[in-house]
Amino acid sequence: MISQLGILVRYQLRAGQSVGSLEPWSAEKYTLLLEGVKVENVRLVDRISSKKAALGTLYLTATHVIFVENAPDTRKETWILHSQISTIEKQATAATGCPLLIRCKNFQLLQLIIPQERDCHDVYISLIRLARPVKYEELYCFSFNPKLDKEEREQGWMLIDLSEEYKRMGLPNNYWQLSDVNRDYRVCDSYPTELYVPKSATAHIIVGSSKFRSRRRFPALSYYYRDNHASICRSSQPLSGFSARCLEDEQMLQAIRKANPGSDFIYVVDTRPKLNAMANRAAGKGYENEDNYSNIKFQFIGIENIHVMRNSLQKMLEVCELKSPSMSDFLWGLENSGWLRHIKAIMDAGIFIAKAVSEEGVSVLVHCSDGWDRTAQVCSVASLLLDPHYRTLKGFMVLIEKDWISFGHKFNHRYGNLDGDPKEISPVIDQFIECVWQLMEQFPCAFEFNERFLIHIQHHIYSCQFGNFLCNSQKERQELKIQERTYSLWAHLWKNRADYMNPLFRDDHSQTRGTLRLPTTPCNFLYKFWSGMYNRFEKGLQPRQSVTDYLMAVKEETQQLEEEREALEERLEKIQKVQLNHTKVKAKQSEPSKHSGFSTSDNSTANTPQDYSGNMKSFPSRSPSQGDEDSALILTQDNLKSSDPDLSANSDQESGVEDLSCRSPSGGECAPSEDSGKDRDSDEAVFLTA
Amino acid sequence: MEFSDLIRTGRAQAKLLRGPEAPPLRGTLCLTGHHLLLSPGPQATSELWLLLLRSVDSIEKRVASDSGTITLRCKDLRVLQLEIEGVEASLDIARSIEALSSLESVITSFPFFYRPKGLRLGDAWHFHPPERYYKRVARETNAWRLSEVNEDFSVCPSYPRAVIVPRSVDDGALARSARFRQGGRFPVLSYHHAPSGTVLVRSSQPLTGPQKRRCAEDEELLRAVLLGARPGARGFIVDTRSSQAAKQARMTGGGTEAKAAYPGWKRLHRPLERGQPLQESFVRLVEACGDLQQSTDSWLRRLEGCCWLAHVKEALSTACLAAQGMEREGACILVHGAEGTDSTLLVTSLAQLILDPLSRTMAGFQELVEREWIQAGHPFQLRCAHSAFSHARSKHEAPTFLLFLDCVWQLGRQFPLSLEFGEGLLLALFEHAYASPFGTFLCNSEKERCLCEVRTRTHSLWSGLNQPKERRKLRNPLYAPNPLAIWPSVELQSLRLWQGDPLPQLLPWGAS
Repeated sequence: MISQLGILVRYQLRAGQSVGSLEPWSAEKYTLLLEGVKVENVRLVDRISSKKAALGTLYLTATHVIFVENAPDTRKETWILHSQISTIEKQATAATGCPLLIRCKNFQLLQLIIPQERDCHDVYISLIRLARPVKYEELYCFSFNPKLDKEEREQGWMLIDLSEEYKRMGLPNNYWQLSDVNRDYRVCDSYPTELYVPKSATAHIIVGSSKFRSRRRFPALSYYYRDNHASICRSSQPLSGFSARCLEDEQMLQAIRKANPGSDFIYVVDTRPKLNAMANRAAGKGYENEDNYSNIKFQFIGIENIHVMRNSLQKMLEVCELKSPSMSDFLWGLENSGWLRHIKAIMDAGIFIAKAVSEEGVSVLVHCSDGWDRTAQVCSVASLLLDPHYRTLKGFMVLIEKDWISFGHKFNHRYGNLDGDPKEISPVIDQFIECVWQLMEQFPCAFEFNERFLIHIQHHIYSCQFGNFLCNSQKERQELKIQERTYSLWAHLWKNRADYMNPLFRDDHSQTRGTLRLPTTPCNFLYKFWSGMYNRFEKGLQPRQSVTDYLMAVKEETQQLEEEREALEERLEKIQKVQLNHTKVKAKQSEPSKHSGFSTSDNSTANTPQDYSGNMKSFPSRSPSQGDEDSALILTQDNLKSSDPDLSANSDQESGVEDLSCRSPSGGECAPSEDSGKDRDSDEAVFLTA
Repeated sequence: MEFSDLIRTGRAQAKLLRGPEAPPLRGTLCLTGHHLLLSPGPQATSELWLLLLRSVDSIEKRVASDSGTITLRCKDLRVLQLEIEGVEASLDIARSIEALSSLESVITSFPFFYRPKGLRLGDAWHFHPPERYYKRVARETNAWRLSEVNEDFSVCPSYPRAVIVPRSVDDGALARSARFRQGGRFPVLSYHHAPSGTVLVRSSQPLTGPQKRRCAEDEELLRAVLLGARPGARGFIVDTRSSQAAKQARMTGGGTEAKAAYPGWKRLHRPLERGQPLQESFVRLVEACGDLQQSTDSWLRRLEGCCWLAHVKEALSTACLAAQGMEREGACILVHGAEGTDSTLLVTSLAQLILDPLSRTMAGFQELVEREWIQAGHPFQLRCAHSAFSHARSKHEAPTFLLFLDCVWQLGRQFPLSLEFGEGLLLALFEHAYASPFGTFLCNSEKERCLCEVRTRTHSLWSGLNQPKERRKLRNPLYAPNPLAIWPSVELQSLRLWQGDPLPQLLPWGAS
């Protein structure tokens, strides 16, 4: 076993090289790995229900950890991408074996028990290496091949076009122009090359301003609000220290103000807590002094830094992991994590900016320290509130492309795609995605996409299966030739858009047109714990019936019937014409319609009771004579349960997405639900063993 | 007593504030024996505004130099503000509202005067007679019969006239069993689960007392329950108190079934909160919801502090346990606590909702509420006299019924296609249980309702709700009949605060 695993690690290193030369995985190599490295008799522990662990075989491949259950009828598979692995924990060996805990970045938690300590150690060592690639070429997207030809791949990359997006905003116009000052990344290497700046800002002003800003991230346009010329601009902090000034930077802000003739001042929003910003002054950075800039209004909005956010998420996930906590433990822990408070802070900042732009007609310049984390969150939340386009499927992709990818959000560092400084890791875009979900909860009809769309985007930010989120900047991506060597997630999502539609979406409703208006009265229970994200692999916790899928099916059925009606009407017309032509009419029966009947998925609700009895021995076992029968029952029921596709995490290797399986209803028939009727009785075992 | 004695000033000019979402209303305020009216004047387009005085939970007055402000906190958790011209007038009106909203007499209450168009008195009392269900069970099982031992309410004052009991037990034995149970609530059938042939039975605690008394007829009754299911069937007694509390109850004459006396039955203790602590939990929840100034963090701390969601979780999991025992174990279940009129009904009614697809229909759910809450003797008048705002605390109030509605809402959230009714019906039941123009939730038992002639002199809520116009509003448009049991998740992450409940006026962003 050891030698085999050793081979694997070496093989993996070679694999890194081989995929570097753009050689797709051959089937032989794949099977070789699959057969070469496996550990048998591994048990996968189900954390939520007290069901018996599933017995199976663990495989390690160059890209995945795969667990295949032994249950002969189903052979349920769980696939985990190496890039999803966040931490691996080897726990103290027990009598039953050596437990290995794998925590994933998409919030999946896998507890394996490996019989031999030695094997466990080998798997542990291998996974540590596999989960932390050191070169981009080792990432899955370079070997992932969805069997598209070159042309299709190129088209996929062209689906989202930012220059189109600026055109849609109404640019260029009398106030804003496209600047080539950053051609070849000459001014700022973390900015894109195409940027919109005020017309009155000359190259001299821009370059001068960039020298006065952290990492030379000068003020540039993020969003232009066509209705009243107000805009949202973004930058990094000024290098003001205690007293430094920069004429060009002052002129730059002046130019932004002049680009909005409707207002005689601009807001400068610093998204940091005031204390942090002040501390930065000692390091020669800091924030704008209102006295030095004419006509600005300066505003702090305290969003904590990436380290606080990382710890907050960590604390919240610990709460989610608690084994049967009390309601008080749960709420207490959730509150102590501060997570929802941070979400609210980001939302509040976005709401402030959206209001300034749409209601006051005042332009806003947003920055934090480097202007690539909090600034990205806040600008994108504000844009989402302001512009219904970003609330559509394609618009949302554009928004992420614009405010995150093009403006140099450090995906590689924040999400730990390559082995790096753990202090750089932070759930920055996760928080933005959660903000969107919180908005969707409050405005159920305002978004064209559904929760699944958000969850899949989150998954792929970490999966490294597509090239979109690689690297830390546009420049790095260009150097790596990402577009030539990998595929675009947006094309993949667009192709499967039927799965991501929100059936309640109405773009013509007074509530959903224009700017989304949140209630003026503060209200705390607006922000909820998102169990659909953080507990999404514990299917038992999720609502058992999906309103979204049901409505989509109804919609599809309606559409089919509509089409059928039209076809029949056409036919009727023809028949009538024929009747007119031939005065003698033969009555002719039209064929019975053959639309597929719409079944309301009766079985979709089949589910099993969980362990309601707590730790109490609730229903004590039956009389001794029945004892044998009971244990037999436990075994069979357990096998049944393991066949349950609802927990199959990642059976779709192509997409790497776990719960796509059998969701989308087609042809007016509801797909079989996740819980199939057959395991209706499977939890009896729980009952008896409780 | 005449209402007019209590009305000092019947009329004043006033402005009504109904929260941030609705515009203020200006006009003439009138006070009648049962209502507060605001008439916006002849030229105004908006219609008359009407508030049932009975629904006022607390009243707060503040006076300025020439006007007064009255804040009315209603039992359905609405908060209204009235600005009244004239200090004297406003004080008078406040005092009158106070007096009129807390009248004790049932027969002078509004349902006895309410005569809506389109409804005929006495029509709808036959919408959901429990006898119909009992007769069906008796017919289907052949092991149960309808008994009229309680025809004159002498055996058990809180039971209805007709109850369903094992066929093999005669009325004399029932009467003796009743003497062995608190309040005379001897074991009766609550639900028959046809797929497994098992039954859900409820009662009050046995009066074993410190001497551990026994009652042969009571034991015989429970034996007959098991025999009726199938020979050799097992039974579980779900006691809604902790085993400690059940033991302590012996000192005051109560207690719990001794193992030896009831072969085939096993006891499980699932303590559920009720009475005063539950009411306090409710009060604290509403306080926390009403305080809008706090940060997100202290909100969660206060939500935790009030324990409401913990009660929801406990109630649901106990009901699931009972349901699981019937469906999966093929066992009969007897549920009782002390009096058997609160937690007991919570568990039996939720268990039926989980198991029985019929009870998840519009008519079935109404029938369930009628049979398992109203007829089963949940003392609505005592429990729902005051809601969360009242300062007048008597020890009888408890939002057990609201807890039930909350649990139903949780079921509906987890199974959005399986209930035929929507949140609207639950909110309507909540509102009407606390204050209603209909007679359905009046009094504490069937006996009292008979004395007050509620059936013949008031209208039934069911007839009100089942008018086609109302019905449409209460329906769940996504309903698709689901023939299976619905097993909810009771994990913390699965439960949510029911927002429609604490602050209905803060729900303007729903899907519309």
